[in-house]
Amino acid sequence: MAPITFLEAIRQAMFEEMAADPRVVLIGEDVGVYGGAFKTSEGLLEKFGWERVIDTPISESAIIGAACGMSYLGLRPIAEMQFIDFIACCFNQLTNFVAKSHYLWNAPAPMVVRGPSGGGVHGGPFHSLNPEMYFLHTPGFKIVYPSTPYDAKGLLKSSIRDNNPVLFFEHKFLYRRIKEEIPTEDYTVPLGKAIVRREGKHLTILSYAAMMHTSLEAAAALAKEGIEAEVIDLRTLLPLDEETILNSVEKTNKCLVVHEHTKTGGIAGEISAILFEKAFHDLDGPLVRVASLDTPVPYAPTLEEAFLPNAQKVFVAAKDLAKF
Amino acid sequence: MPASETPAKLKKLSRQQYVDLYYYMRLNREVEDTMTRLFRQNKIVGGLYASLGQEAISVGTAYALEKRDWMAPMIRNIGALLVKGVPPRDIFTQHMAKYTSPTKGKDGTSHFGDLDNLHIISPISMLGDLIPVMTGVAMAGRYLGQKIVAMTWIGDGGSSTGVFHEGLNLAASQKAALVLILENNLWAYSTPVRRQVPLENLADRAKAYGISSYIVDGNDVVAVYTTAKEAVERARAGEGPILIEAKTFRRRGHAQHDPAEYVPKEQRTHWEKRDPIALYEEFLTAEKLLDAKGKKEIGDKIHELLEKDREFAENSPMPPPETADQGVYCAGPECHNLQPKWERPVDELLPPKSCVDPVWMVEGFGRGVSSSSSTAAPIHFGDVPPAAVSPEKDAAPIKVTKKPVPPPAKKPAPKKSAKRGGR
Repeated sequence: MAPITFLEAIRQAMFEEMAADPRVVLIGEDVGVYGGAFKTSEGLLEKFGWERVIDTPISESAIIGAACGMSYLGLRPIAEMQFIDFIACCFNQLTNFVAKSHYLWNAPAPMVVRGPSGGGVHGGPFHSLNPEMYFLHTPGFKIVYPSTPYDAKGLLKSSIRDNNPVLFFEHKFLYRRIKEEIPTEDYTVPLGKAIVRREGKHLTILSYAAMMHTSLEAAAALAKEGIEAEVIDLRTLLPLDEETILNSVEKTNKCLVVHEHTKTGGIAGEISAILFEKAFHDLDGPLVRVASLDTPVPYAPTLEEAFLPNAQKVFVAAKDLAKF
Repeated sequence: MPASETPAKLKKLSRQQYVDLYYYMRLNREVEDTMTRLFRQNKIVGGLYASLGQEAISVGTAYALEKRDWMAPMIRNIGALLVKGVPPRDIFTQHMAKYTSPTKGKDGTSHFGDLDNLHIISPISMLGDLIPVMTGVAMAGRYLGQKIVAMTWIGDGGSSTGVFHEGLNLAASQKAALVLILENNLWAYSTPVRRQVPLENLADRAKAYGISSYIVDGNDVVAVYTTAKEAVERARAGEGPILIEAKTFRRRGHAQHDPAEYVPKEQRTHWEKRDPIALYEEFLTAEKLLDAKGKKEIGDKIHELLEKDREFAENSPMPPPETADQGVYCAGPECHNLQPKWERPVDELLPPKSCVDPVWMVEGFGRGVSSSSSTAAPIHFGDVPPAAVSPEKDAAPIKVTKKPVPPPAKKPAPKKSAKRGGR
């Protein structure tokens, strides 16, 4: 079977889940006739009809509200944000209405909110965001951010089948840049499980999404210097797979976190606290963060490159950490 | 006052319906009176929001719904909850944060719902959010083949939120079976409606969405009910969302802590003379629908029920602290086995037959033509009357329907209603 892109993996997951389960519907801006701004829903309207593939006005709050209302009647809506940056427009509907629904009044809201996120494609300050940390601080969501086509398909299927609201981030840098052969039969990847992408013993690099590939690139360069980095792909940020993280740090005694969202208030801070609480005696060095600058995402390629982490920055930081 | 002079009263209801409306308004008021006493005894944990003087709206609108229909009340719609079948004890335990409450103490006031039986969706404090949610409920109901109507409420204050616009516009563009009750009680906390909205009638906003609207005297329960009933049936028939502005007055402050000294005395006096329950009692007496004995029986029945439920609530325990961290997530099928109630063949939604004509393909949909009698002409796509839009041409860009979309049925003559607002 020919390898497929990350984008095709997303499309296949939606297609197959909709074909198998009439409860699954897609709602968003330009998802129908146009097939989505990135063509992730191409062909879905033709196959499933416009009762199940719903083009909406430019109204993110209404999209989320309507998806939530649909979920209360037993449907499993997928709500698309055309760019994930626009999730800020429905922040209230998500954090106050959707996320609290099960805790407050025992009403599950099985829905997926998905959309293209992340930088590196010169999208500028409003088309490059990684807003996952806004939502990590909101009890009630599951947060998924895959890095490979295999995971993207398997995790999206798990997200659709989950009884909780899942925020599913798709790094647009990966959409057409990576390909992978995936099984033809139905499969899922469980939520809440990280995966070791490269084994190593000198230090642990935790990452996900596009930075996952950056970390692997750095790990390859480190290996040439005799430093064997263990690279872990978190895949799901909420719930976070603490077990895999702690097992690795117990072995390597050093931890570096690479994330593309800005440094202050980032996931590295949370992981750092977890390590202090649960693995203090395993640590031989400080937790090191490689993250984006604490600025909006700038537009000019030179500025954006300065803003984002890259393999060189990870390599330098890891080499310093390995000295401890 | 611009509201209609209640010709609706002339429409005959059954004796039982007249009595029901009276019962629920009395129950609404006495539930709140009981809670006011509990509040003064420090037994209500948080705030208490009164609907004194607005009972006719909650009761009259909710009474127009059927059991299968869905509602999402706002904070002052205790009466709507009671009509839909919520026992007073649930309202007491909610306000007292008891473990026996519908949310087991996780939230208070009218913030609770019931997906399985009563079809009630819990409100949140952020105003307007329920409008798109109930739009989604109506859309899902249509998709499942259920002939349901979704009803929710908003105040004059909440009608200024962005999500009010997003929600109502989506509902209008989807022709969702949504009935939105806009309770104009003249005050958003301390800000009078005149300083919020430069409109005489908030129902005028319906024009902007190409939907129908009504204005009704919110202190006349029969007018409210008959208007809501007509709106519910029109929405159910596929006419799209309908906005009802009910004119009334908030006789208490925003909540118990607020003495509302900003309200002019004359305004308060005017509205106190128009108490909806007193007005309705006069009507019932004049029409010989209820005598003194009947009233007393109702009063006794309510008193007995409320005493029992209040006692239950007062004797209920607070939630155990260890439940605080429970229930953030649904644990899966053993926690909730979520299955929709299909009332249409499911296989017509799955390949290869998933391209059938949508069942919600209703007249005017997608052609920019409103059901509203005021905007019967096309509003977006040039001056092409609906009948002139060929089915082929209409279906072509979508490429979904294998069968051509049937030409739209001839538009029925718009119903004239003396109550219809905004004209």
